[in-house]
This record gives sequence, structure tokens and C-alpha cells, in this order.
Amino acid sequence: MAKVLMKGNEAIGAAAMEAGCKYFFGYPITPQSELPEYMSRELPKAGGIFLQAESELAAINMVYGAAGSGVRVMTSSSSPGISLKQEGISYIAGAELPCLIVNIMRGGPGLGSIQPSQTDYFQATRGGGNGDYRLVVLAPANVQELVDLIIEGFDIADQYRNPVMILGDGMIGQMMEPVEFKAPKKRELPEKDWATTGTGGKRKPNIINSLYLQPEDLEEHNIRLQQKYNDIKKNEIKVESYNLEEADVVIAAYGTTSRIAKTAISQLEKEGYKVGLIRPITLWPYPYDEFEKINDNCKGILTVEMNSGQMLDDVKIAVKGKYPVYFHSRTGGMIPTPNEIIEKVKKIYGGEI
Amino acid sequence: MEERITIAGFGGQGVMAIGQLLTYAGMIEDKNVSWLPSYGPEMRGGTANCGVTISSEDVGSPVVVDASTAIVMNKPSLDKFEPTIVEGGKLFINSSLIDQKAERDDIEVYYIPANEIAEELGNMKVANMVILGAYLEVAKPVKVESILEGFTKVFGEKKAKLIPINKKALEKGAEVVRKQMAATV
Repeated sequence: MAKVLMKGNEAIGAAAMEAGCKYFFGYPITPQSELPEYMSRELPKAGGIFLQAESELAAINMVYGAAGSGVRVMTSSSSPGISLKQEGISYIAGAELPCLIVNIMRGGPGLGSIQPSQTDYFQATRGGGNGDYRLVVLAPANVQELVDLIIEGFDIADQYRNPVMILGDGMIGQMMEPVEFKAPKKRELPEKDWATTGTGGKRKPNIINSLYLQPEDLEEHNIRLQQKYNDIKKNEIKVESYNLEEADVVIAAYGTTSRIAKTAISQLEKEGYKVGLIRPITLWPYPYDEFEKINDNCKGILTVEMNSGQMLDDVKIAVKGKYPVYFHSRTGGMIPTPNEIIEKVKKIYGGEI
Repeated sequence: MEERITIAGFGGQGVMAIGQLLTYAGMIEDKNVSWLPSYGPEMRGGTANCGVTISSEDVGSPVVVDASTAIVMNKPSLDKFEPTIVEGGKLFINSSLIDQKAERDDIEVYYIPANEIAEELGNMKVANMVILGAYLEVAKPVKVESILEGFTKVFGEKKAKLIPINKKALEKGAEVVRKQMAATV
């Protein structure tokens, strides 16, 4: 298929349909409303169902129900709406159902603003709902990668029976870039023999549930969940890195912020500085081991985020105190500029911070 | 090669549209492209702008903070974006609606009476295409044919009948700017 120019939000919809998603339940919110709009127009044509729920709570519980019947289903929202969905997400994780949840982040806390941010990193990677659960969290940096990760995200969700979250920001949702729809690497996906599709009088009913009243049973369930999460950690980490062997300073950034870092890095290289990059593509599981590849003489790690320091914690866990960890941030919907990053790197070089 | 273009004006002047045309044309020519709109609690008649990057390399930051070119369709846009242009960059001013001159002398400035030309052509809506034509003539980031090829992709097949008038607007903009360039040499 030839390249087409698409807005991030619409590309999400097209990619989901490409992956066989036929059901979308959501509630509009800026800056991702083009996605439900796209789905409302395109899904019915493909024999699917688009339903604008009365609230985010209703939408996520519709996803819970549809996922329980074994179909590919998704929802999307932006930060405050994703907060409302947390209860349902915890239930879906507890009941081990595959689905895709898209968060096109905006400034917070509360209603915040409608401009881009990365302030929901903690919520996405630590679990915004109750209980010991994990989402697979994917952070695309451009519209092509967004499309690829949506398509692969449905496979990951099915393979592990786990919700997958796409964590983008207002910028990637709104920007237009060329995309091509490609099939992901083939995975062996298990039969959905757990789905509630009707017994036909031939088998015992399947039960979708997250309630285990016997503590022994719930402990066993949790141990099994953790085993699954360990498998995901082993198999699914994605990261892009650059020049870790030579770099005097390594920038850690994800999503659109990593692109701003790349612009800064190429400018710094022209001026003779050696700067590397670690760009986690999976935010959970986090690519901690990648930081082991940084050379011993590196002067420090600069984390750049559009929040007040959330991935910063993971970077500190990853480097285990071996290098100083610095931070640059813009927040509230402001976007860091390449020049701000360049200045900061030069200060680290000069030992000024 | 990397062109970073800011296009700004009132909502309704078609600044987003010519940004998309440029982006599409860049894609058709196999360049790396990115289009990022400003978005906010805005309304018809409010300000609108977008940033377009056309590059032979991967596009880094999609945010155009140091434009190689700015196209401004109204006065608030001139005030806001003139300072953001890199030294030696280009500024295209819609002189039909902006009676003020650029302040900087370290950039190339072109004054295009886009609305007047559009009116002469009989369609006020093509003012954006007039100024785009001028920009294409000077900077040559993409071919005019690629812009026309992308036209129905951006505006839909139903608008194909408007290609001739839009083509004329591009040509007229190019003609006006050629005269200005000849006058300054």
C-alpha cells in the first residue's frame, strides 16, 4: 500500500481497523476527538460498531464486556478521561482481557489544558487503578511508529491477554505525517477459548471475573499475573538508542520529546559534542538494561520530559547511581525547544550543573 | 536540505490548507515531511498557524521554532513570527492586509498583495494559493506539479474542478514575486 498523509489521531483509527478492530467505545475530548470522529465515520462501513458512551466510565466498561467476548476492541481518551477509566482498566487487567487503550495526553492535573504533555507517565506505568497490575505501555515518536505500534499492540494484547496502552501526546495526535500500513511480525496467538461466546449447550460456561473471595485463590491469581508480566518483560522490551559507546552525555527521552532531543543532538554534533540517546519505546516494560551499555566515562544522563520528572525515576533506577542524572522539563502544555536542551547539555559538559 | 515553514493568519484564510498541500507535495517527492497545526480553544476568525518541515533527513522536532520561511497572512502573524525566522531566512507578507513593513534587514522579505490578486482572479478564497505560488517560485521546496497532484488529496475529489483557478493563483503569485526579485537585483 502506498504512503498516505494522515493526522495522528486518524491514523490510529485506520491502524486499529487494519488490525481487525471492529468495536470502539469512547467519549470525545480534545486533543484526540478526531479519532472517535474517524471511527464513527469508518467503523460502520466496515461492519463494526462505534458507540459514543454517556461517559468514560460507561465506555471502558463496554470495552470490558466486548473484550470478554473475544473481539478486538479499543477506547481512546485524553488525560482526564483516562483518569475516569482507571477503575475499568484495573478490572480488565484483573480479568485478563486483551484490549487497546489510547491516551493522547494533555496538561494536568485536573482538567489542566488541551496542549500536549507527558504527565500521565506514572499513571500509565505504575497502574492508575487499584491492585498489582501492569499495562504494556507503548510510546510512539512519529505517526508511522504510532500506526505500527497500534497494529502490533492488538497482537501483544491477544498474546498475553492483557490491556495495552498507547501513550501519545497532543502533538502526535494533531500532526500529519506520511504513513504506510504494514503487517507486523507474525506472532503465534493463542485461541480465545476463554471468551464468553455462548456455550451452544456443548461446554461449561466461561466466566469473566476479577473477584476472588478466597485469599488463597487471589494469591495464586496474582502469582500467575506476575509470571505473565515477567514473560512480557523478557519478550517485549523495545528501545532505540544511539552512540552510547562514545557519548559524553546521554539524553533519555520518549515520544515526541525524543524528536526534539534528536534535533538538539544533531546540532550539538555539528559543534563537536558527543551526545547519545536512549529512547524507550516500551515505557512498561522499561528498557533498564539499555543503560548498562553507556560507556564508563559518560558525564551524565539528561532526562527530558513534558512533566515535572516521572520517567526520571526509571532512569535513576536504571543507572543505579553510576552516573549523575539531570533533568530538563517544560510542563503545562509548553514544549521544550532544541535550544533549551542544547544549553543544558553544554552546562553538563562544562560541569556547571 | 531542510525547509521549516511557519504559515499563519486568520482562521478561514486557508493557512492550514496550504501547509497540508506543501506537506503532501513533499511526500509525493519522497521527502521526509511533517505538518503540525497550532490548536487551541480557537474560533472562526481567530488566529491559526501551522508548521511544516520538508527535509531530506528524518524530521526531528516537528515544532517549527526557528523557521527558514514564514508566510504571514495578517498583521498579528507578522508581529508574532517575524522574530522567529532564522538569519538569511525568508518572509512572505500578505501586503493586501498588512500595511506594515518588516523590521528585520537580515532576512529576505517579499510583499505579495494576495487578496487583491485573488480578487482579480475572481475568487477571494485563492489568496492563500497566490502567496504559496510566490513562495514556491522563490524557495522551490517542491514542484508546482506536486502541489497540484496533492490538491484532491487535501480537498477531496469533489474539489477537482477548482484546480484550474488554483493553478492560476499559484502562477500569478510566482509572476508577482519574479517581478519583485528582478526589481531588487
